[in-house]
Amino acid sequence: MAIFVNENTKVLVQGLTGGQGKYHGLRNRDYGTNIVGGVTPGKGGQDVDGIPVFDSVAEAVAVTGADASFVAVPPKFASGAIVEAAEAGIGFVVSITEGIPAQDEAKAYNTLVRSFPGTRLLGPNCPGIISPGKCNIGITAGEIAELPTPGGPNVGIVSRSGTLTYQALYELKQKGIGVSTCVGIGGDPVPGTSFIDCLEQFQADPETHAIMMIGEIGGSAEEEAAEFITRNVTKPMAAYIAGVTAPAGKKMGHAGAIVSGGKGTAQGKMDALAAAGVGIGLNPTEAGELMAAIVAGL
Amino acid sequence: MDLFEYQGKQYFARYDIPVSPGGPADTVDEAVKEANQAGYPVVVKAQVQVGGRGKAGGIKLADNEAEVREHAAAILGMDIKGHVVKRVWVEAASDIDEEYYASFTLDRAAKKHLLMLSAEGGVEIEAVAESNPEAIVKLHIDPVDGLDLATARQACVDAKLPERALDGAADILVKLYRCFTVGDCDLAEINPLILKPTGEVHALDAKVTLDDSADFRHPEWEAFSATEELDAREKMAKEKGLQYIGLDGTVGIIANGAGLAMSTLDVVNQVGGAAANFLDIGGGANADVMAGALEVINFDENVRSILINIFGGITRGDEVANGIVEALSRVDMRAPIVIRLDGTNATEGRQILVEAGIPEDELRSEPTMLEAARAAVSIANEN
Repeated sequence: MAIFVNENTKVLVQGLTGGQGKYHGLRNRDYGTNIVGGVTPGKGGQDVDGIPVFDSVAEAVAVTGADASFVAVPPKFASGAIVEAAEAGIGFVVSITEGIPAQDEAKAYNTLVRSFPGTRLLGPNCPGIISPGKCNIGITAGEIAELPTPGGPNVGIVSRSGTLTYQALYELKQKGIGVSTCVGIGGDPVPGTSFIDCLEQFQADPETHAIMMIGEIGGSAEEEAAEFITRNVTKPMAAYIAGVTAPAGKKMGHAGAIVSGGKGTAQGKMDALAAAGVGIGLNPTEAGELMAAIVAGL
Repeated sequence: MDLFEYQGKQYFARYDIPVSPGGPADTVDEAVKEANQAGYPVVVKAQVQVGGRGKAGGIKLADNEAEVREHAAAILGMDIKGHVVKRVWVEAASDIDEEYYASFTLDRAAKKHLLMLSAEGGVEIEAVAESNPEAIVKLHIDPVDGLDLATARQACVDAKLPERALDGAADILVKLYRCFTVGDCDLAEINPLILKPTGEVHALDAKVTLDDSADFRHPEWEAFSATEELDAREKMAKEKGLQYIGLDGTVGIIANGAGLAMSTLDVVNQVGGAAANFLDIGGGANADVMAGALEVINFDENVRSILINIFGGITRGDEVANGIVEALSRVDMRAPIVIRLDGTNATEGRQILVEAGIPEDELRSEPTMLEAARAAVSIANEN
C-alpha cells in the first residue's frame, strides 16, 4: 500500500500544453504514472505526445475517469484551476505552483473545505507526491526514490520543502531504505494538506513502518503535528527542521517561512517534536542517519 | 513588502479609510510647504520602518512654520536604531479622545482571516496581549464570506468601544478588510485608530505589508518598490530576480530551493561559521542565473569564502557547472568557492568543472553538504 496515490490513480495534468506541465507531465508518465489526459482551455482535441487534451476538467473526467489532477498552471490562474478540479469531482489535486497570492490561496482552500469536502488539495508550492514504483505526481525526480522493500521496513516521508525532500529521499536511497510514499506539503502559509493529515495516513498504512518529517520555520504546523504525534502516532519518527539561523521578520524564500513576533522558530518546533518522542537531526544527514538507525532496529 | 507609514496612509486612502491630510517631504522646505497646505498645528513624523520613533524624538508637534523648520531639520538625517531618516510625513494634528487598535491578518493555524480589535490602542498590541488578553477581540472570518457591516459592528461592541464610536469604527473595519483582501495585504493594521472629540473615527497610523505574490495585479505598487529599504546587495539581487537576504557573516551561500538554502545557513553555523546571505537560485536555474548569483555574492565585501550547495531536481548539475565556469570567466571572484553538487546530472556537472581546469585554490568539490560547509568555514576563518 501507499498513501493518497497508487498504481491505480488516474491523473490529469491541468496545463499539459504549457512548458512546465508538458515537461513534468511526460516525466511523470515515463515514471509509470497513469496520466490519462490534459486540460487546457481552448486546446481541446489536441494531444501532447499521445495524451489527449480537453477544454475543461469536467469533460476530461467524463471521458477518462480521472480521479487525480496535477495543476501546473501559472500563479494567476492556479486557484481557479484548483477549484475547477474540485467542481469536476477530482478527489486528489496536486498544485506545484509557487507564488499564488495569499488571498487567492485562502479563498480556494476554504471553498474546498466548505463545498467540496471530498477533494484533498496537496500544495500549493509543493514538489508533489511519489509512491515509488507506483505513481509520481509533481516535480520529484523519480529515480532518487528507493522502491519499497516487500515486507518492509519502509519509511514514509512528509516535508514542507522541495529540495530537502529530495535530500531526504537521497539519504534513504544511499542507505538502501525503502520508501512507501513521500509527500511534499509545500512551503505556503495555507497548505491544503497538513503534516497531521499525512501522519494520520502513515500511521494507518501497513506498508509504512517509520516516518520522517521535514519542517521549517514559520507558522505552528510542526507544533500541532507534535501534539498529534503524542496522542496518535506509535510508529517511530525522525525529523529535521530548517531555519535555526534565520533572522526574524524575513521570508526565507518560501512565503510561509517567516519567524514573526518570536513565533515559529526552529528551536520551538524541535523542542515540541522532541517532547513528542521524535528523534531530531540537526541537519538533513543527521536526520537520515537517525532514520537508518530506527529502521535497523525494526 | 513593508510600506512606510505615509505609503500605508496613501494606500488606505485608496480604500476610503479616513486619514489626516498631509504629505511626504524630503527637505525642510518641502516639509514647510506640506505643513502650510495641511494647516497648523501639524505633526512631523520620521518615516522609518522600525518601532519606537516617538521615544527617539522622531515625532514632533509643530504650531507654526518656524517649529516645522526646526523639527524637520532635526528629524531628517536622524538615526533611529540604525535607520537613517530620509523622509518625513507632515500631517494635520488630530485631537484625540480615545485610541483603539485594529488589524487584519491571515491566521495560519485556523486558515482563516483574523480581525484583532481592542479598545486599548496606541501601545504595542503584543504588550496588551501579555497584560490584558481579554481586551483584544479576535474574530475569524471565512475568506469565502468576507466581513459585513453588522458583523464588524458586533465586533466593536464586543471590544467595548463606546456607543458613539461604533458606527465610525465598524465602517472603517469593513473598509480596512477590503484593503486587506482586494488590496492583497499580508497585514493591514491601524494603531492607533482614534476617536476625535467630534465623534469621527480616523486612522492615525498605518502599518501595511503587501503580498509580493500579488504584484502582477497591482501596477500602483511600483511607486512603493522604488523606496523599498534594501541594502546595495539586496538591490542588485532583486534586479537579477534572485531570492536574496543579506546577513552579517563571511560565508557567501548559494543553494537551490528555500529549504536547502536555510539548511545550508544552519549547517555553516553548526560548524562554526556565519553566513553572509541567504540566496535561493530556485528550481530549474540555468547557467545565467548561477553566474548572476555569483556576481551578487562577489559584490559583498565581507565574503571570505563561497559555498554552493546544489541538489538537482529540476535544476541540472551540468547547467550549474556551466554557470560557474562562465561566471569565473567574466568575474574576478574575491573568494574561493567550495561546491557540493548532487542529484540530476551531478556527474556531468562535476566533469565540466574538472575539465575547465580551475585551480584548486579557487574552486574545490566536496562530496557532502557537511564536508562542504566545513571546508568553506575553514577557508573563511583563515582569511
